[in-house]
Amino acid sequence: MSPKEPESQPILRVEGLRARIGEREILRGLTLSVNPGEVHAIMGPNGSGKSTFAGVLAGRETAEVTGGSAALDGRDLLAMAPEERANAGLFLGFQYPVEIPGVGNLYFLRAALNAQRKSRGEEELDAVDFLDLAREKMRLVEMDPAFMNRGLNEGFSGGEKKRNEVLQMAVLEPRLAILDEIDSGLDIDALRVVAKGVEALRHPKRSTILVTHYQRLLEHVVPDVVHVMAAGRIVLSGGRELALELEKKGYAWIDEEAKRGAFAEAAQVSP
Amino acid sequence: MSDAIRELADQKYKYGFVTEIDEDRIPAGLTEDIVRLISRKKGEPQFLLDFRLKAFRHWLTIEEPRWANVRHGPIDYQDIVYYAAPKPKKKLASMDEVDPELREAFRKLGIPLEEQARLANVAVDAVFDSVSVATTFKKKLADLGVIFCSFSEAVHEHPDLVERYLGSVVPHTDNYFATLNSAVFSDGSFAYVPKGVRCPMELSTYFRINAADTGQFERTLLVADEGAYVSYLEGCTAPVRDKNQLHAAVVELVALDGAEIKYSTVQNWYPGDAEGRGGIYNFVTKRGKAMRRSKISWTQVETGSAITWKYPSCILQGDDSVGEFYSVALTNHRQQADTGTKMIHIGKNTRSTIISKGISAGRGQNTYRGQVKVVKGAENARNYSQCDSLLIGDKCGAHTFPYIEVRNPTAKVEHEATTSKISEDQLFYCRQRGIKEEDAVSMIVNGFARQVLKELPMEFAVEAQKLLGMSLEGSVG
Repeated sequence: MSPKEPESQPILRVEGLRARIGEREILRGLTLSVNPGEVHAIMGPNGSGKSTFAGVLAGRETAEVTGGSAALDGRDLLAMAPEERANAGLFLGFQYPVEIPGVGNLYFLRAALNAQRKSRGEEELDAVDFLDLAREKMRLVEMDPAFMNRGLNEGFSGGEKKRNEVLQMAVLEPRLAILDEIDSGLDIDALRVVAKGVEALRHPKRSTILVTHYQRLLEHVVPDVVHVMAAGRIVLSGGRELALELEKKGYAWIDEEAKRGAFAEAAQVSP
Repeated sequence: MSDAIRELADQKYKYGFVTEIDEDRIPAGLTEDIVRLISRKKGEPQFLLDFRLKAFRHWLTIEEPRWANVRHGPIDYQDIVYYAAPKPKKKLASMDEVDPELREAFRKLGIPLEEQARLANVAVDAVFDSVSVATTFKKKLADLGVIFCSFSEAVHEHPDLVERYLGSVVPHTDNYFATLNSAVFSDGSFAYVPKGVRCPMELSTYFRINAADTGQFERTLLVADEGAYVSYLEGCTAPVRDKNQLHAAVVELVALDGAEIKYSTVQNWYPGDAEGRGGIYNFVTKRGKAMRRSKISWTQVETGSAITWKYPSCILQGDDSVGEFYSVALTNHRQQADTGTKMIHIGKNTRSTIISKGISAGRGQNTYRGQVKVVKGAENARNYSQCDSLLIGDKCGAHTFPYIEVRNPTAKVEHEATTSKISEDQLFYCRQRGIKEEDAVSMIVNGFARQVLKELPMEFAVEAQKLLGMSLEGSVG
């Protein structure tokens, strides 16, 4: 399915993942493999479990994992604390990044980078080296230097927050980046910048998962694989053309098919 | 919330050691004879004995206040030792002759008394129990005419200044604890900055309660003459003891025309244990009088004490005078704080700013109590108040009592208040970026307090940041 030759093992391997929020089962046996160098898009109607999936991988406690497995580079993700997952190279770009008043934007980013470097036994970056790195990446995401010392996301517009997520991703250079609805609420310029940031991170040793409702982001970032999620699992996988088809036909037919149980056991179907 | 936060909150008080040293202490209890004895021990002039006796006689007629939003058992004022002093081995000729035990005690606290080892640009007066044991950089300051010494020394060397200003801002009848202090105070710091002089270094007093069953009643008097500038910092610690100890200090600031005083406090008295046993009762009166075009700025970081009761205030007497109050108060475990300020606008075009940040964790109770008063003749008075509370966990409390009294229609008074919690979303966001939970809490708290911390002198801002993180260890259950 992938256009590239995979390395010996996928970066992310998820098998039969189940999770619930309260009494409601949200993920119902989700299976997914992402190889190094690939960009995957996960699309699907609202309520299909896309964001829950992203959160579960990052260790968010709102959903309780009830079955299945998830491994990053062969390490059991589900047994790790959120910060350990981050240190192992998993990055989640948040749909709604939080504000932390009074904590400088770059101060926070440096603390994050150094926490991760420290966990890998690398030397921490001093303020000067960090600033050089941050400046370079800020140019990439076309961010006004005035944002450097403002509080973390404090008073940022929706677009600025998303840009800031991409900046953090560019500085932290994760092994696997999961961007949850990074395109929602963006105007066309911001969308272009976000796409540029994602493209810049494309690397044979890294992977990206774009979680999105619309295909317009995929006009700017061409995915290697497109998955469709419905009712808590991946029901269709294909190439770029699948996204275009969805755009044309909408999600309604997927929902209906899913409800009828058409995808019941055949989790991986190509159209 | 998670184990990490719980662990963080359970960090031990680092300064709880006791120094073994010979003490000269008087019997417990408070009578007129005790007041006379203290005065005699210090060889004081008549005016001071009279001041003490007036205060003592007034104290007998008044009752302990009960209006603060704090709870504590009865205090037995006859069970307190009102004077304890490390026995001097001989008269000191230089700093090198300070008792090695004392020197060691201050070294452990990170306050070396040797001048060459001192932080550049900070002069320190170290007060151990009831007396000042050392003052550094005295000579350098004296060359500029700046007087910085222990209160007792000022009484002997500069009695005219002491007599003129003592009680001029906080009269001996002011309130129960200030009156008690006026009767029994043993030492403290004194500073005078002459006309037009900008004091070239931070002046700092470090208070240490060591002896058991004693109270500490220090008195600080700072006078900035016309056009002078001084920045002053005080820090305080005490050993871990099961019994509550009373600390009732008085600080008076006088800023004459065009002068500026910046007064910073990092208060880290022993807070008691997680169950609320022991700890200092910190009942303090601090007030400054600002004359024409002068400015008084209070900055406080209050993390210690079982109970904190203090309201550093400004009497904006002169036209165009400015008062500021920046406060971070943190209560964890069973600590209680009732703190705030009073801004009394008397002169015309007087301005005041109040920024208060209360942080409550564990079962801590944190109260902001502030008064803004604009008298009839205070044309064009301006006040801006901002009181923010941050809650960590669900067993703590935050309370805000603003009192605003305006008698002049040209006044403009603004008050803003917010209450927030450290959210799971914020913590998760930080952790997703690789930052450990306890570091995330400390980062969020420091961010919350930043507006105040940036008012502190550089060296102390760093110390205060660490202190906030440390004081939170074990904060959430």
